Amino acid sequence: MSAILTIAGLTVVEASRRRTLWVLIGLTLLTVALTTWGVERLVSLARAGSTNEAQIVLGVSQVLILVAFMFSFVLAMTAAFLGAPAIAADLESGVAHAMLARPIRRADLVTGRWLGLVAIVVAYASAAGFLEIAAVGVVTGYAPPQPVVAVGFLCAQAIVLLTFAILLSTRIPAIAAGAICVVLFGLGWMAGVFAGIGRFFEAGPLVAVADASRWLLPTDGLWRGTIYGLEPPLVVLVAVGRGGTAADANPFFAASAPPLVFVAWSVVWVAIVLALAVVSLSRRDL
Amino acid sequence: MVMTSPVPSSVIIDTEGLAKRYGRTEALVDLTMRVEAGEVFGFLGPNGAGKTTAVKLLLGLARPTGGLGTVLGAPLGDRTARSQIGYLPELFRYQPWLRAREVLELHRRLIGRGIDRSAGSVETVLADVGLADRANDLVGGFSKGMQQRLGLGVALLGGPALVVLDEPTSALDPVGRADVRAIIRRVSAAGSTVFLNSHLLTEVERVCDRVAIVDHGRVLASGRLTDLLGESTVRIRVTDLPATMPATLARFGRVATSDDGWLSIAGIDPNAVPDAVAAVVAAGGRVHAVDPGRATLEDRYMELVAGADEVRAAVADRPDPTR
Repeated sequence: MSAILTIAGLTVVEASRRRTLWVLIGLTLLTVALTTWGVERLVSLARAGSTNEAQIVLGVSQVLILVAFMFSFVLAMTAAFLGAPAIAADLESGVAHAMLARPIRRADLVTGRWLGLVAIVVAYASAAGFLEIAAVGVVTGYAPPQPVVAVGFLCAQAIVLLTFAILLSTRIPAIAAGAICVVLFGLGWMAGVFAGIGRFFEAGPLVAVADASRWLLPTDGLWRGTIYGLEPPLVVLVAVGRGGTAADANPFFAASAPPLVFVAWSVVWVAIVLALAVVSLSRRDL
Repeated sequence: MVMTSPVPSSVIIDTEGLAKRYGRTEALVDLTMRVEAGEVFGFLGPNGAGKTTAVKLLLGLARPTGGLGTVLGAPLGDRTARSQIGYLPELFRYQPWLRAREVLELHRRLIGRGIDRSAGSVETVLADVGLADRANDLVGGFSKGMQQRLGLGVALLGGPALVVLDEPTSALDPVGRADVRAIIRRVSAAGSTVFLNSHLLTEVERVCDRVAIVDHGRVLASGRLTDLLGESTVRIRVTDLPATMPATLARFGRVATSDDGWLSIAGIDPNAVPDAVAAVVAAGGRVHAVDPGRATLEDRYMELVAGADEVRAAVADRPDPTR
């Protein structure tokens, strides 16, 4: 455990010394400031006109979901490009050889790297998410119903992609691993869109394939949890009542939170992929 | 890995028929060697001979595809044994965003409970490898030579029982090389065993007690340096040599003369060379040159490696009876 914590700490120090953390923090503050200013302007203009409060709440919640989507994308990229070189770069440079000749398990290196990066990603997602929600709340008065749930699913989505990137990192060069993660993340999101539309048109095989992809890479399913945590309950009731399956086709709407079994599967998925990463590195000749 | 016979505790490295294949490439074919406690053991061979592969197998960084082996009495790659091993990799790279002292602290933590805190402390090691005044500088700003010095420090941390150095002077200037030789002697004097992987014959010749010469994944020869280099020979270029002189010199060794004026005495005791020269002069011979012609490690190395190449070429040229 001591070796795992040592490597996790080293990973956090690396992110800090390589200025990754500071770049993320700086850009996040800038993003929050700009989006909050934009939301405040729109809401002020709407209130000055004839827009009623319910419409404003709906509008703000939708903008918040779009901003969350942007953060989700940034987080996914961050997770992919932090995770992809986590092992591969150390193997390519030779840094790992000196470390793995020490009395540590290869599992310690993989788990320590994973733990350190999870800490960075979760800290970043939490800080960015809550700051954005709080800033929008201050200027518009809108508070999403379940901010913790929303940010929690945002973190979970990043952890899933990060873990997958680390698995690839044990075998594939960093750039290739990062590219694969980004492409699969995009495909996963599109599969969610296709599943929603396919369900509306009752396209059975398309829905089956798209749903299966959600279980194979649970990022999009978790993203729906973030949306659900940001939507006003009234919007959910009205949308489901009026649109039925049509509402599901909207990639920025979630009729319900991800089922518990899916959340549990996501946890198991992360454990399995992390275990595969350990096995993959353990079986590799350096 | 199951061992077939017990290994004496004085044996630090013991391998028998160790082999490693990467796909269709045989990196190591049959590595059989023993390194005794306290030795400075030179592992010599040309580029691509399988030296680094052998080191990786010893440290558990790669798994053998054949053969057996133990290091410090434990199977190859054993974690407990690794707490007593210091390693300088051939590709020495350390976190460029850490300071030299932090790299050493990191490795000290990774060694964990196996560390001997009375020996090889971070401060001692920094001083030993000449980095005390750069301890707080980022490794990313170090020259290759300084990074290799840091790597040497990492290998010496905690006073390991076995120090494995893979080409430890490849990036060093002559002063740095002399420093490394001094460090190796000091480490050896402190009781550690040193496994020195190198293709620099002069380095090996200067510090090693025993050597193994490898090529194409096989040990071509191994033993004490004196045994490997063979008997001493002195060559004397002499004119006006009396006809009876060769017989007179026979007491020093086997005497042979050549038409070009060189006289050689094989098997001579190196300490008796001045006496032989004095005997030649006393008999009226005019001495123009004396060449203490003991074979160097380079001679022996070239002879072995070239010989192995010839054998391989002959085997390759032999017609295949199955065709």
